[in-house]
Amino acid sequence: MKTFSEVIEKGAQVIPGHIQIKSAHLLQKVKRKLGQSRPMPVFTESPAADIDTLSIEEIDVSNPFLFRQNQWQSYFKRLRDECPVHYQKTSAFGPFWSITRYKDIMFVDKNHQLFSAESGIMLGDAPEGLDKIETFIAMDPPKHDLQRQAVQNVVAPKNLKEMEALIRKRTASVLDRLPVGETFDWVDKVSVDLTSMMLATLFDFPIEQRHKLASWSDVLGTNPEGNGGEGSTDEVFIAAAELIKHFSLIWREKEAKLAAGEEKSFDLISLLLSNENTKDMVKHPLEFLGNLALLIVGGNDTTRNSMSGGVLALNQFPEQFTKLKHDPSLIPNMVSEIIRWQTPLAYMRRIAKQDVELNGQLIKKGDKVLMWYVSGNRDERDIEQPDQFIIDRKDARKHLSFGFGIHRCMGNRLAEMQLRILWEELLTRFDNIEVIEEPQYVQSNFVKGYTKLMVKLTAKV
Amino acid sequence: MGNITFIEKNGEQHLVAISEDQSLMQMAMDNDIPGVDADCGGQCACGTCHVIIEDKWFSKIGHVSDTETQMLEMTPEQAKTSRLSCQISVTQEMDGMVVRLPEFQM
Repeated sequence: MKTFSEVIEKGAQVIPGHIQIKSAHLLQKVKRKLGQSRPMPVFTESPAADIDTLSIEEIDVSNPFLFRQNQWQSYFKRLRDECPVHYQKTSAFGPFWSITRYKDIMFVDKNHQLFSAESGIMLGDAPEGLDKIETFIAMDPPKHDLQRQAVQNVVAPKNLKEMEALIRKRTASVLDRLPVGETFDWVDKVSVDLTSMMLATLFDFPIEQRHKLASWSDVLGTNPEGNGGEGSTDEVFIAAAELIKHFSLIWREKEAKLAAGEEKSFDLISLLLSNENTKDMVKHPLEFLGNLALLIVGGNDTTRNSMSGGVLALNQFPEQFTKLKHDPSLIPNMVSEIIRWQTPLAYMRRIAKQDVELNGQLIKKGDKVLMWYVSGNRDERDIEQPDQFIIDRKDARKHLSFGFGIHRCMGNRLAEMQLRILWEELLTRFDNIEVIEEPQYVQSNFVKGYTKLMVKLTAKV
Repeated sequence: MGNITFIEKNGEQHLVAISEDQSLMQMAMDNDIPGVDADCGGQCACGTCHVIIEDKWFSKIGHVSDTETQMLEMTPEQAKTSRLSCQISVTQEMDGMVVRLPEFQM
């Protein structure tokens, strides 16, 4: 039997991408009915065991409730101290290695010739039928290099400088609408809105429809099979089909404008269209979908949760808030510290391309390896007082949250700029942002973030 | 004792005395040359210590590894004589070398 990806690639020239995704979805539903598809993991929350009651072999950091239950720090500390390269044999996602110390993570991230990104970046597999999605974060050189080069200029610092005024204006308009003295959800009103606005700007997507970008990103970024998140495969297929439909239209419009001799606008779709290596991407739905999903999820969850995380951190370390108000020039350094402290994506996955010995353990060819950035960013061996949030921390930029090596986050400067502008604009308006109840967390072993953060603002006098 | 000159994008020049047994990146950091971030601390893994070497010096300061080439290709301001300064060991023979800094590190 042919794989879906073969069918999809073949039909690509004649059948629109979203119809193909829908067909793949239908086929998948039939397979499920016939009992031919992979069993879907089910995650039911129960309190994670106290780390001191577990043997090393029992420790399973793929538990998607560890962040929510605030147990992740003790779990990872035990691994860093006792078994920094750790093998978990029986997780719901199958066997995998955890790399938990800063230096070992750097080693794996740098050595892409030993550790391949090709099969995906989350611990679990993508839903059946969408598992052949192609995206450059999950490619090795040379194809990775060509595809990344096609789009990286849109977030190059030179262009960001030109976009700064627009981002500031949009940030200010969001902040000016916030209620003062009332309790509201920071995640919804600030973090989600600002990041989807930014994405709409980068894609030249209709700004009034920006909530669609956020919802596609949520559905594609968390799912049970990939990372133990909520949601279902059906939702993923539906979001994927909608996303392809919208963006194919934008693509064709831009293509027609370019053909009619209009000046090229500076957005991600126009850049893909005008690059030799990516100009036909729309004809390859799995590649088109993969790269859109990467840029949308990559630019969304990460910055969103850092926007919420910064508020939470300054509430947990109020003396740092005072320090910040006395010296706003600390904002750029604080932004790096927020990104370290939050680590919005907990890990990236690799597959060993050959046997590799690391810190006394033998990782076999073909084994899954997770680089736990969230642990490396709290490694006492390389970062002083790692659990403290220190806005004037020396070497704050050395955090692992962007990854290192050829897959290093392409949007890092954009993320830093968005966060810097947010804090600059916040400090001119508000004297305090008080978190008034425990935040609610995303269920996932991959996305470390918030679903709700209730706050109250005090205006500046 | 020799010197190396760093020139910022805005034209500002910084003359720095050579001290051997360190990388060009470390030398820039130790002397507070603006415009070098060096996020990864000298591991050839982030691309944020990018510099552009004067043509006549480029061939004299050592080989560019494949990893370094890959990291440089991620930099929008890549030029023909681009290098990551963490991959260059400073020697007294580099007396008089001129190194230009890009507008941004990425």
